[in-house]
Amino acid sequence: MDAESLLLSLELASGSGQGLSPDRRASLLTSLMLVKRDYRYDRVLFWGRILGLVADYYIAQGLSEDQLAPRKTLYSLNCMEWSLLPPATDEMMVQTSVVKGRFTGDPSHEYEHTELQKVNDGEKVFEEEVVVQIKEETRLVSIIDQIDKAVSVIPRGALFKTPFGPVHVNRTFEGLSLSQAKKLSSYFHFREPVELKNKTLLEKADLDPSLDFLDSLEHDIPKGSWSIQMERGNALVVLRSLLWPGLTFFHAPRTKNCGYIYVGTGEKNIDLPFML
Amino acid sequence: MEDLTSLKQEDNQEPEEAEQPWEEITAASSQDPVPGLPEPLESEQGPETGLQPGSSPPQSSQSRTSTPLNDLTGLGASSPPSFPQEPTSTPSTLALARQDLWSPWKSDKTTSVIPEARTAHSNHLEQSSDKGESAPHQKCQSEGNTFQQSQQTKHHLHEPKDASHNNSKLKELRLDIFQEEDSNSNYDLDHPEPGTSEVTPNMLEIAIQNAKAYLLKTSSKSGLNLYDHLSNMLTKILDERPENAVDIIENISQDVKMAHFSKKLDTLQNEYEMLPIYETAEKQKALFLQGNLEGADQELEDEIAENSLPNVMESAFYFEQAGVGLGTDETYRIFLALKQLTDAHPIQRCRFWGKILGLEMNYIVAEVEFREGEDEEEMEEEDVTEERDNGDSEADEDDEDELPKSLYKAPQAIPKEESRTGANKYVYFVCNEPGGPWVKLPSVTPAQIVIARKIKKFFTGRLDTPIISYPPFPGNESNYLRAQIARISAGTHVSPLGFYQFGEEEGEEEEEVEGGRESFEENPDFEGIQVTDLVESLSNWVHHVQHILPQGRCNWFNPVQKNEEEEEEEDEEKEEEEKGEEPDYIGQEVGPPLLTPISEDLEIQNIPPWTTRLSSNLIPQYAIAVLRSNLWPGAYAFSNGKKFENFYIGWGHKYSPDSYTPPVPPPVYQEYPSGPEITEMDDPSVEEEQAFRAAQAAAELAAEENEETEEDEDEEDEYD
Repeated sequence: MDAESLLLSLELASGSGQGLSPDRRASLLTSLMLVKRDYRYDRVLFWGRILGLVADYYIAQGLSEDQLAPRKTLYSLNCMEWSLLPPATDEMMVQTSVVKGRFTGDPSHEYEHTELQKVNDGEKVFEEEVVVQIKEETRLVSIIDQIDKAVSVIPRGALFKTPFGPVHVNRTFEGLSLSQAKKLSSYFHFREPVELKNKTLLEKADLDPSLDFLDSLEHDIPKGSWSIQMERGNALVVLRSLLWPGLTFFHAPRTKNCGYIYVGTGEKNIDLPFML
Repeated sequence: MEDLTSLKQEDNQEPEEAEQPWEEITAASSQDPVPGLPEPLESEQGPETGLQPGSSPPQSSQSRTSTPLNDLTGLGASSPPSFPQEPTSTPSTLALARQDLWSPWKSDKTTSVIPEARTAHSNHLEQSSDKGESAPHQKCQSEGNTFQQSQQTKHHLHEPKDASHNNSKLKELRLDIFQEEDSNSNYDLDHPEPGTSEVTPNMLEIAIQNAKAYLLKTSSKSGLNLYDHLSNMLTKILDERPENAVDIIENISQDVKMAHFSKKLDTLQNEYEMLPIYETAEKQKALFLQGNLEGADQELEDEIAENSLPNVMESAFYFEQAGVGLGTDETYRIFLALKQLTDAHPIQRCRFWGKILGLEMNYIVAEVEFREGEDEEEMEEEDVTEERDNGDSEADEDDEDELPKSLYKAPQAIPKEESRTGANKYVYFVCNEPGGPWVKLPSVTPAQIVIARKIKKFFTGRLDTPIISYPPFPGNESNYLRAQIARISAGTHVSPLGFYQFGEEEGEEEEEVEGGRESFEENPDFEGIQVTDLVESLSNWVHHVQHILPQGRCNWFNPVQKNEEEEEEEDEEKEEEEKGEEPDYIGQEVGPPLLTPISEDLEIQNIPPWTTRLSSNLIPQYAIAVLRSNLWPGAYAFSNGKKFENFYIGWGHKYSPDSYTPPVPPPVYQEYPSGPEITEMDDPSVEEEQAFRAAQAAAELAAEENEETEEDEDEEDEYD
């Protein structure tokens, strides 16, 4: 959610129950402004909160002018002092995929994972148990990246792509209409498109290249991994992800207000197919 | 922009001069055979107020029609696509005329200045060709200025700005012209040759072309160009003819831009889209009005006296400190809905239990205790017992052969607990949203709890949805919901140590009472515990809901005992057989007794079952203690030392670090006891058969005399 409209966004996202306490809210309002100034971001998003055992991580992201460019992620334990996280790489993803369980809340905590590695010792090849240390920060980075890639949402029309490439915020976006807001196809993943090329030419003919340049949510696997609900009568549409429980996307139709927030334990819900 | 401000401070007479060539041109346009222009021009004169029709300009500038005429024709010739073809061209020329009429300035210097302007063209050409990217704007001479202004006027004609902004606009455009001339945009215009006065009209043409090309330049950000946008906008204005268009011109511009993005859909508007909002609003309005229906004072007093309604707002305030909550408005509406519930039913105590999220709709759950003696109507209990004893054998009685009867006897269904005891201590009501009808959930049976432990399903939001799972859940979503609520309550409802105490009648000694004590009451002498203590040590919190045994009940029920009583009716033979299959003794299941501190809770694979936090580290003296369950994510409890409350908001599932594995189906039941009659054996092979027969034959012959041994051998040879 945009740091500028933080209070309103928190109010709209409150249907999921997890929000922020007043002191956190107050600290966020001030600190995010300072982050924006210090790091010279075009837009600062409050990404959410990852619940740890001892402490919680508060995550913010900074965007540059091009909305689809890789974002900078910052974390804080007290909503006041923010530290920049390194960008996510594929090796990090592989490394941290073996770690399971909750986050502890201590960024310097190291998970230990024993692996059997084949070690070439001259002519012999034998397996050795190697204990790999994985830092919690790395895990944090890769989880945030995974969540962003999997379930960050933006409504259709909020961004548009210029012929030169960069993606901009659409200043004339006035919100989705009610009938559009209830369909999953009006929401896109807020990341580089992956499946767009696989569409048939017939489908592509209907698309508007300046608006439909991202993957839509309706083809997500498994089907039904999004729960779409109207709250407060029809005045608010809320999407909740079932794959990463805790991610809530809200949008007030016919207005510009939209955003998403993740408040959860940072674990993927692998049992999803059983639960549907 | 700095340039502009400096320019603004410059000659003020320039604007006036600007108007002259402008007026020339427009006057010329009024006489010009540019298609369709004169009549519309006159029609526009009506609505314009306070403006002189173009009579004076024509008078003053008749002598000068030639040059401006050239301009226009040049303009018309050099840019054919724009003027004659599009329907928008007419409005744009109309706008041209309009702008002229809008201009409040009349210049008297027309006669004198125009020749200057004309002769100044050539001079300006030199200047324009010489001027580089720098902004020697401030230094440009007045002649040059007038020339530029003639171009600017064309810009100005297309710019729908108020007359008061003319000044700044002109200067802006002046700057732009310089930029345009210097930029690398793809104009295929020749660079003006300096120093030729005959080429002056061409220069003007070229300048006009430059201006137009500038307008046609596509924006680097959005891909639109100003020319198209303006023409679209003016089309829209002239089609729709809004009132006071000049005041809403920015909105019109924005609408035109937005229209660019939306697809052309049917013009039929979906009127009914808005209705659901209104319906919900109506329902919620009813919530707010219900209090007004009963206006009698006496009833009000009664209400206050017997207030069974909890102070939801106060609890919500504390939970907000912990970062949990539904938002103030929503909580207030829930509050009113609870009030509605308590008014409709005879309720002793009521509590807002929490919210369970579902796929299509959510559940708002209220925990209710009915008044004693005013028990709710006993609903027809859905007996979902699994007794299938001898069901198979009944079907087989018709057969001729007596098939072996199935000896399977389903484990006896464990009866559910009575209301007000154990897992059914409270009654739960749910609604989908505040203002909706409250539905009572049925009581929970142990079988449901046992199976609920084995499955993991999302709630859809509709109570009658069937639950399709393995093992098959006995019931539909309302039963599953009730079972989960029971489990969550049993697992996560905690209170500070000492808040509740056991009743005094039961005696203080710890007796081995089956099932443990069930009732507790508030401790009037509770003095509160320091918040810091509550946070530091988990032993200051206790469970005040009975633990549910693996059996599914809170109070142990021994099925074996009952079996003995029921077996009197059955055959004794079967009795013996059954006993052979069932264990003779089922160990009594024991759970932690009531009011156990939560420090005794088991860990989940090295994760502590509870996380404690102070609500605020910055102001610890007013902070509250917050407990968050790691076993049931979404369960919270807070206490400020004296008060406490529990709350749940979440999907309704238990946490497990390992993935869920559905239980394996049980092994196939042994239908028949294995014995030689039905044991499978391989058919003997030929050799075996022969060997067997030989052995048999040998045995037979052995009984006879051994005189025929030779024959035996012969026989054997033949067989081979």
